[in-house]
Amino acid sequence: MGKGKAPEWLLPLALLMPAALFLTLFIAIPSVQALWLAFQTPGGSWSLEPFRRMVTDTRFLPALRNTILLIALIIPIQLVMALTMALIAQSRRRGAGFFLYLYAIPLAISELAAGLVWLAIFTERGYLNVILRGLGWIERPIVFLSYERPLGILLAVVVAEVWRATAIVMVTLVAGLQMILGEYWEAAEVFGANLLQKIRYVVLPLLRPSLQAALIIRTLFAFQTFAVVVALGGGVLPVLASEAYTWYVGANNPHVAAAYSLVILALSAVATGFYLYVLRVRPEEMGR
Amino acid sequence: MKGRAWIGSALWYMGAIALALWVLAPIYLIGLLAFSPRMAVYRWPRPLLPLEFSLETMRFFVSATGTLAATRNSVVVALLTMMLSLALGAPAGYALARFLFPGREAMRMGILMTRMFPMAILSIPLAVTFIRIGLYDTPWAVALVHTAMALPFVILITASVFVSIPRDLEEAAMTLGCSPLSAFLRISLPLALPGLAAAALFTFVISWNEVFAAAILTLRQRTLPALVITVLNESPLYFRFAGGFFMVAPALVILLIIRRFLFNLWGITSR
Repeated sequence: MGKGKAPEWLLPLALLMPAALFLTLFIAIPSVQALWLAFQTPGGSWSLEPFRRMVTDTRFLPALRNTILLIALIIPIQLVMALTMALIAQSRRRGAGFFLYLYAIPLAISELAAGLVWLAIFTERGYLNVILRGLGWIERPIVFLSYERPLGILLAVVVAEVWRATAIVMVTLVAGLQMILGEYWEAAEVFGANLLQKIRYVVLPLLRPSLQAALIIRTLFAFQTFAVVVALGGGVLPVLASEAYTWYVGANNPHVAAAYSLVILALSAVATGFYLYVLRVRPEEMGR
Repeated sequence: MKGRAWIGSALWYMGAIALALWVLAPIYLIGLLAFSPRMAVYRWPRPLLPLEFSLETMRFFVSATGTLAATRNSVVVALLTMMLSLALGAPAGYALARFLFPGREAMRMGILMTRMFPMAILSIPLAVTFIRIGLYDTPWAVALVHTAMALPFVILITASVFVSIPRDLEEAAMTLGCSPLSAFLRISLPLALPGLAAAALFTFVISWNEVFAAAILTLRQRTLPALVITVLNESPLYFRFAGGFFMVAPALVILLIIRRFLFNLWGITSR
């Protein structure tokens, strides 16, 4: 060998460089461009005009409220259901592995498809009404998704998103649970803890890193909720991402659309910081 | 004591089956609608069992204007995304898995951070740029944005695939006279192949399912989800249900193929 040898860090850097360049080109630079767009008029001069138009638009506050409301309703339900599914699938009973795969199926289903699937159920002559009639509870179909009652649409979106995206949370929790369930669970059993005590004092504290990861990723995606709302509500229920889409496609105004996308980014950053702080792993717990 | 164990078991199975029905029933129902005659959608009431199988609804969807072209675009975009993400992501994942170098943790954090950026903040400025450089409304435009979205996942997945292959094997090959490159090509790569293939299929599904960027970045060269969402409000219910089923079916098949890798894939990407 000798003097011609390249330094050791050169190869990994060369391997990483294409990906890093690509991410810079298609994530970092567009983000800066979004910032520019949001502070410019269509003419090209600097201005707060796009933000003013966004904030004064009558759909802005409803969109913000609906987005946050959806997150506040969907994520706690998903957490409980995902934990239940993960505990069922990780038990040592026969068939547990089969149920694990079954519960993961919605991973393959897009937001748009999930919206259409639940439209088939909630629409006026949909399967929910068919089932309710079969039970003899109603004669005429009930209108669940009506222009006059956005609350019905909101709840339908909650159901569709819980159905679709709980699998994402579950899969993340399963990875964390595998490490806990053996010894710790058995130790708690030896000391006579019941199921709820085991969940409260063993599973939840030890699962904190996985919970944190699952909550962050779910909340980031939830701020971008778009297609499921369009599929179930037409344009009746505005959310932040659907407004960004409408301003770009419908009003042909990338400036206000960029302002909306900055709001989504800001909320995502705040939520991530919040979870990192609230569910932080304290240094004295690191050794476990 | 024995009685209590029996009750626990029965409760476990009841819960497990109830959750399984919650997951499966909606998929069954959309499939039922997709393979019923078109007018069945408007009938009241309507059977819950597949009593009147018909291809009419699906045939209507497939032969509707734009469906086939959009399906082809979706496949092209997903394949481009798959190849780009793997070509860029696999070397990066290998570097993160195999080498210690200054700035490694910063790189990993940077890659994790990129997932925080919403689709809207990428697609809207890129649409403006793509219009300027003439890339707008092409499968490449959508594939580039989909790659930006999938790349962080692919890097983390491939890193974990390569971490799971013992380094000793490569070193043993080198002591037996292999060059570092041929040790990688003959030892690590074949062992990594199933994991890499799963990552590639996973990328395909991500791209196949994405709708926001695809709808923003195309006008005539629609992908399937972009087509469905833009004609949604003007199309009859049976078109929407057939479209929903048509989009779900291939993704389900792919999920079935990669099911063995599923938990490693997602478990790692979300950490």
